Amino acid sequence: MISRIMTVAIQELRIGIRNKWILLATIILAAFSFALALLGSAPAGTLGVDRLTITVASLASLSVYLVPLIALLLAFDAVCGEIERGTLLMTFSCPISRPEFLIGKALGHSMVLIFALVVGYGSTAAFLIATGSGSVSGLIDFVRLVATSVILGQCFLAVGYILSCLTRQTGTAAAAAIAVWLILVVLYDLALLGALVANPSGFFAAKVFPYAVLLNPADAFRLFNLAALNASDLVGGMAGVAETLPFDPVLALASLVVFAGAALSIATVLIRRITP
Amino acid sequence: MTNTSLTVHDVSKRFGTFAAVDQVSFSLAPGERVALLGHNGAGKTTLFKMILGFLPNDNGKISVLNTAPGSDDARLGTAYLPESVAFPTALTGREVLSFYARLKGQKPKSVMHLLDRVGLADAAKRRVGTYSKGMRQRLGLAQALIGQPRLVLLDEPTTGLDPISRQNVYELIGEIADHGATVLLSSHALTELEVRTDRILILSKGQLVADDELSRLRAQAGLPIRLKIWTRPGAAEQVADQLGNVDRSRMNGQSLELDCGIDEKVKTLSAISALSHLVEDVDVHAPSLDDVYKHFSQTAQKEV
Repeated sequence: MISRIMTVAIQELRIGIRNKWILLATIILAAFSFALALLGSAPAGTLGVDRLTITVASLASLSVYLVPLIALLLAFDAVCGEIERGTLLMTFSCPISRPEFLIGKALGHSMVLIFALVVGYGSTAAFLIATGSGSVSGLIDFVRLVATSVILGQCFLAVGYILSCLTRQTGTAAAAAIAVWLILVVLYDLALLGALVANPSGFFAAKVFPYAVLLNPADAFRLFNLAALNASDLVGGMAGVAETLPFDPVLALASLVVFAGAALSIATVLIRRITP
Repeated sequence: MTNTSLTVHDVSKRFGTFAAVDQVSFSLAPGERVALLGHNGAGKTTLFKMILGFLPNDNGKISVLNTAPGSDDARLGTAYLPESVAFPTALTGREVLSFYARLKGQKPKSVMHLLDRVGLADAAKRRVGTYSKGMRQRLGLAQALIGQPRLVLLDEPTTGLDPISRQNVYELIGEIADHGATVLLSSHALTELEVRTDRILILSKGQLVADDELSRLRAQAGLPIRLKIWTRPGAAEQVADQLGNVDRSRMNGQSLELDCGIDEKVKTLSAISALSHLVEDVDVHAPSLDDVYKHFSQTAQKEV
């Protein structure tokens, strides 16, 4: 079982290396994090807060946009692409179970994501530490950011697999993936913000809003990271929410994990029902 | 247990009101090479998918290597090559083969000789993206040979290949069968199958309309042998009068054609040789697999 899962995972990682996907993702993450680190250095110097911590706060907001996008692009053709190419027929005629296949894919794509995050963000952290503006406590924040980014990525990988199982066509799956990204990452926030502005002290703001933030993995990710930094005063925005929450921010981390698990379970149910 | 590699008994599959496969029954013995013929949409791929356990059959029973289709035992002993398969172009032939070897529980090293056997040893380290269509098909065949399967299902293995590549494919299929595996292949390219299959199944509109050796199918079809006679200039009329039974519409000054039953073949030929002072050459056309196939699929359609 393990060896079949690893076979699929390693094949996926190898394809990611060959078609330069892993390189592209790493360069994008490195370039954006570098830019944020350099731009963010101006205020940090006067506030006396660790520069690495400030950078992590900026990177958390960056991750919310980039990581789901990279994950969806990795995952959207995992099933329907293989149906179109005919390789799924061949793979499923081998003695591998469908959950094994899906978990192998998820593992392979996670490895691509982990590499891109560790190397991409890591090069920025290394730069900050090398120039004497990072500390060990900042490094812990940094590790937390990378780890939670991986979980966030896995949430959207699983969403990508669900779309891939449902659509059967790569073109449709790609469009659906972009739509999901737009809705969960961009429009969801705007809608919540709009509702909050319209009625800042009503029932929605007090009872619905915090849980609505919890339900969306992108928001839950940002909430957890910014709350854990204790740096809400520095970065403002959504982070201010953390202090007024009716629950422990760790719940946001739990929400992320539950979302990833649930989405992967749904994808597993769907892939069992597919006729390749 | 009976000694069959594959038993399909009274199997049907409907998609809505469309009967893709309709009460099909047959069984295959170890070492048999069987061709499944049928036009596009006759139900060949649907049948394959049911045999592999990808599609549930509506009724009837399928038994693969004496187990249920799609079970682990069935999948361990079965190899399958889909109709059109596009391997990841970024990987090399060796990597693709290793992948399927591992999925089938074999050591990659133990299957590398298969690349040699399908003639891809030199291209093993090249990316599949650089392969020709014939090479990709041979890589697919190498995949189907991993772990010495007892039942090999090939969906149109020669479609789109040049004659030399086809020869290679059929040689390989012969080798597989010689090792005791049952080979069931579907095909459009009928004439090339004649000498290379033990048995022929013909599927028409989801129904199995023929299941026998080619020679017996020929006899069943009762198709006439067509004789084409080239005569000396201007002698065609005279020959036609002497022989009688000539297809006048396909006659010209120098040649004429006539149909005769298999039992009359020798008699007719001796009548022609008696006219040797008028005849220059004779061509004997036994009904080809194409003709036999046309006969069975058309008869079936008339009945519907």
